[in-house]
Amino acid sequence: MSQKEYKIDDDTRVRNQPQMGGGRGGIGRPVEKPKNFKKTWGRLLAYSRTERVPMIASFLGASAGAVLSLIGPMRLAKVVDVIEKGMADSIDFGAIGVLVNGLIAIYGVSALLNYFQNFFMTGVAQTISKRMRRHVVEKINRVPINYFNKVSYGDILSRVTNDVDGVSQALNQGVASIGSSVTLFFGSLAMMMITNIWMALVAVGVTLIGFFFMTLTIRASRQYFVSQQRDLGDMNGHVEEIYAGHNIVRAYNGEKNARLAFDRINDRLKTSAFKSQALSSMMMPMMFFMGNLGFVAVSIMGGVLAFRGRIPFSTIVAFMMYIRLFSHPLQDFAQVATRLQSAAAASERVFEFLEEEEVEDERGKTKRLKDVKGQLEFRNVRFRYEGMDEDVIHDFTAWAKPGQKIAIVGPTGAGKTTMVNLLMRFYEIEHGLITIDGINIQDLTRENVREQFCMVLQDTWLFEGTIRENIVYSKDHVSDEDVIRACEAVGLHHFIETLPHGYDTLLGDETNLSAGQKQQITIARAMIENAPMLILDEATSSIDTRTELNIQRALDQLMGGRTSIIIAHRLSTIKNADVILVMQEGHIIERGSHDELMALNGFYAGLYNSQFETAA
Amino acid sequence: MIKTFKYMRRQDWVLAFFASLLTVLRVYFELKIPEFMKRVTELIMTDGSTLRDIWTTGGWMLLTAVGNLAVMIVVSVMSARVGACFATRLRILQFERVSSFSMEEINRFSTASLITRSTNDVSQIQIYTAMLIRIMIPAPITAIWAITKITSQGQIQWSIAMSIAVAFLLVIIFVIFKYAMPRFRRIQTLTDNINRITREHLLGIRVVKAYNAEPYQEAKFEEANEALTHNNLTAHRIMMIQGPSMGLVMNGLSIAIYWIGAALIEAAGAREKILLFSSMVVFMNYAMQIVMSFMRMTMLFSMAPRVAVSANRIREVIETEPAIRDGLVEEVPVSTTAAAIEFRNVCLRYPDGANYVLKDISFHADKGETIAFIGATGSGKSTLLNLIPRFYEATEGEVLINGVNVKEYKQHALRRKFGYVPQTAFLFSGTLEDNIDYGDRNGGEKSTVTLDDAASVAQIKDFIETLPEGYGAPVARGGTNYSGGQKQRLSIARAVHRQPEIYLFDDAFSALDYRTDRALRRTLKSKMEGATTVIVAQRIGTIRDADKILVLDEGTIGGTGTHAELMANCRVYQEIALSQLSMEELVS
Repeated sequence: MSQKEYKIDDDTRVRNQPQMGGGRGGIGRPVEKPKNFKKTWGRLLAYSRTERVPMIASFLGASAGAVLSLIGPMRLAKVVDVIEKGMADSIDFGAIGVLVNGLIAIYGVSALLNYFQNFFMTGVAQTISKRMRRHVVEKINRVPINYFNKVSYGDILSRVTNDVDGVSQALNQGVASIGSSVTLFFGSLAMMMITNIWMALVAVGVTLIGFFFMTLTIRASRQYFVSQQRDLGDMNGHVEEIYAGHNIVRAYNGEKNARLAFDRINDRLKTSAFKSQALSSMMMPMMFFMGNLGFVAVSIMGGVLAFRGRIPFSTIVAFMMYIRLFSHPLQDFAQVATRLQSAAAASERVFEFLEEEEVEDERGKTKRLKDVKGQLEFRNVRFRYEGMDEDVIHDFTAWAKPGQKIAIVGPTGAGKTTMVNLLMRFYEIEHGLITIDGINIQDLTRENVREQFCMVLQDTWLFEGTIRENIVYSKDHVSDEDVIRACEAVGLHHFIETLPHGYDTLLGDETNLSAGQKQQITIARAMIENAPMLILDEATSSIDTRTELNIQRALDQLMGGRTSIIIAHRLSTIKNADVILVMQEGHIIERGSHDELMALNGFYAGLYNSQFETAA
Repeated sequence: MIKTFKYMRRQDWVLAFFASLLTVLRVYFELKIPEFMKRVTELIMTDGSTLRDIWTTGGWMLLTAVGNLAVMIVVSVMSARVGACFATRLRILQFERVSSFSMEEINRFSTASLITRSTNDVSQIQIYTAMLIRIMIPAPITAIWAITKITSQGQIQWSIAMSIAVAFLLVIIFVIFKYAMPRFRRIQTLTDNINRITREHLLGIRVVKAYNAEPYQEAKFEEANEALTHNNLTAHRIMMIQGPSMGLVMNGLSIAIYWIGAALIEAAGAREKILLFSSMVVFMNYAMQIVMSFMRMTMLFSMAPRVAVSANRIREVIETEPAIRDGLVEEVPVSTTAAAIEFRNVCLRYPDGANYVLKDISFHADKGETIAFIGATGSGKSTLLNLIPRFYEATEGEVLINGVNVKEYKQHALRRKFGYVPQTAFLFSGTLEDNIDYGDRNGGEKSTVTLDDAASVAQIKDFIETLPEGYGAPVARGGTNYSGGQKQRLSIARAVHRQPEIYLFDDAFSALDYRTDRALRRTLKSKMEGATTVIVAQRIGTIRDADKILVLDEGTIGGTGTHAELMANCRVYQEIALSQLSMEELVS
């Protein structure tokens, strides 16, 4: 089990692009179905509990706004009434004035309510998504390290951004709009029924027929979205492979075959993309048609009734508006299920992660190590990684006196890095015992154990920030002098001084540090940390041997007086260790100093000599 | 965005053009429906009309609605077609271009970015193109046509009300674009920040824990989180003015139309009254159409910046001229005098780099010789090797293979000569056989024998024999189902199977342990009879038998010779050797 191969999958899941007001209709994706819709929404609502006041307020606001917009058409119809009545002689402008003023007030307040509903709901959505993101990151710190062997980083990253965005979008446009949509739908239905039952039945009936066809189209398009998604996935995979293996493709003249495969996938994608796009863009014509159909029905039916004198003309005017208020929420309903579902799917993934098992809570532990001398002991340690059939470490016993250098060597897979994982309590041992100054590390908090070690790994981990930030890292109250002293010790000070911004040079894409310089920075960081013991896990493996000479000097500085555990596959690194442990398949097969082991003429000697043998 | 459209094929333009023509018809139908309503109103108001007239008008109205639907469906299908074809075209253009890129261009863009450009970015363009035809083209036509219908009524008061409403709409759009757009544009950067911090955190999880830096990371994340949240909140809150305010304009316009209408009717003569009344009723409809058109336009405009980013990224790829152009030479007659590989004063500098990566490199390797490069990380040894198959282009000087400059070869003819093994092994998804027998296989025969041969040289035959499917064993994408060492040996088998004139090993042995390394080199040596070999390595042990060793030091040749010669007189080489072996070991 290699802990060194970190791999970030580029998230292949379609990225959520920020779009202004977009997302409604148009851009379609297959709906991701949550595993448990109800439970997830219950959880999401419980999670949003703290925001219930603005949520309820905006829900009520939306409904109140909807009620007001339902009153509008009725009053406007009255205006028409007054005009119609006045056609013969003179129009009663006083009455119209009153009505119009009322209308302006109604529409004005309705717009305000609408805006404030949106205003609050955005606040709710953003607050919740911010909290979700924070919780995901806090969770990253609390899951055991082996979790990251099971799940790709791309997956976790996509939860922090894509999935949280999905939830926030759904909250933003979904939840409150349900309130106003439902109110509008039933309100306009009721208003129409009250005004004229027959016209209402015809208008509603016709609109529902339109709605039915719309639903059919959505259904039909779903399957094409699925096949489009599959083809997109294939395209992604193929392109990724060919681009990543570019030099091999070119060196072996594999372009023609790559192109053939590409064309095959591209053609399939063209067809499925066309079909899904065509069907999804059918939504709009259907919606338009539904609206028009309602309008036509109102016109004809109203015309006929008005002609017969059964209704005043103003009824037609009112219906023309009501039918619009009625069909609009229908369009919403067609999508609301989709929206709620994808939100559930997104939040389900977030919650799934938030509910992962955490490392044991250690607040109860009272023992603390202070002023450590640096005596280390492994006693009969046995360990296996979760899900493996065999122990990686068998009955490992070793010790180090304060200040000693212990080296662990052996082929890949021998269990060297595992020892560090156990010592640092990245993993917990089930059998045996590890002690520092005689105290079992399991009786201490992880934090307290880790305080005792400086650690330098093969993979130099630097982040985007200045050189100073990278060296100081999380340590408080580090003076500039400390930083400079550390850099002088690792032989980096002079180089940093030559950079245009010195210690404030940003490490990022544009600054090119060599592998050696990067490692020197992490060593400086370890020096600043200034812990009593030291772990070097293949610290010089990824740099060439000549650079290693410089690094070695820095490491010697760092090791001075500290109990050190050194893991290496390059044997020259460890020749001068006090004790060398040779590991193979989880066993210590040889132990002793370099000279002792060479004299033994066993595995170590063989390994040591093999690097100088030549191919005869 | 617009510049990207020049890559649309002629037939797609034609299709888009017809779709636009149809759109005019569609708008005509759309605006015709209220006119029938006007007719119905007149019929109701006028004495002497019959119920039949109303039914007939109603019939026409229905027909128009159906016609409108039909045209819209056709336009939708056409626009989807244009979008899909355009996307297909963009993907092909990009794939073709990337295939001709040299390493330098690939590195400049980064593989991950090239993948996004070929997939996600293209999908964005596809959807947007279809939306442009379906939504963007009809919107202004509808708005202008409807405005004309109102103003052509000749009632100045209505026209004024209309103008005020349009002015309001424009102000709203202006405000949104002025204040919301920049914030929406920032979302991407801020999200990238969140992503970067989380990615760093995940990559360094062991370091984070070792330094007890969890609170530090959380604080750092929270800062970025806060920035993103704040920005999103403001952006959305400004954006949300749009819906309610545009609705208000629409309702206000309706009220104005009726109010003004009342005054107009009062002032008009008896016959005029009915005409004005019926116009008034449909105008409300037009008002709605106009506002809706504006809303749709805003939506599309607001998506534009994001799409423009995608479009630019695609164009960047398509419009990058590959640095490497094909030569004419297919094959050169075998000459006994020319060196297999010769460098004459070769220099390499990246386009925007200040320093030379390689400077004044000259050497030659005869047929059958083994030549090795060694040097510190960053000394340019891998880059030098990559110049041989012309993955990079020399800035100055000449690289000659069999006495002919690599620039004069056709690329496929040149590359047929090499068996190239990269630093990090790369396997394609498929089977082991697909991977060993990859590419143009040099025109040679493929059989179990050749596969076995290659596998046994690469020390992987025993392993393959343990697999139930043998050479048919599946390889997952990225070769994740094989270990690093296995991948490396398979990638060596691929080179051996090609039976090349020249082997190129780019630090291909460091992933192997010493024992495998040694066994492999021994068998290779016996198999590669007559082939020229270039090895880049870090370990002295790997290269000490080479016929010629070149020591690279910061892009220049720091020494040339055999192991013994270099040990005697090359300081850099001595240093490297000393760091790996002790003095007595070196002498022995």
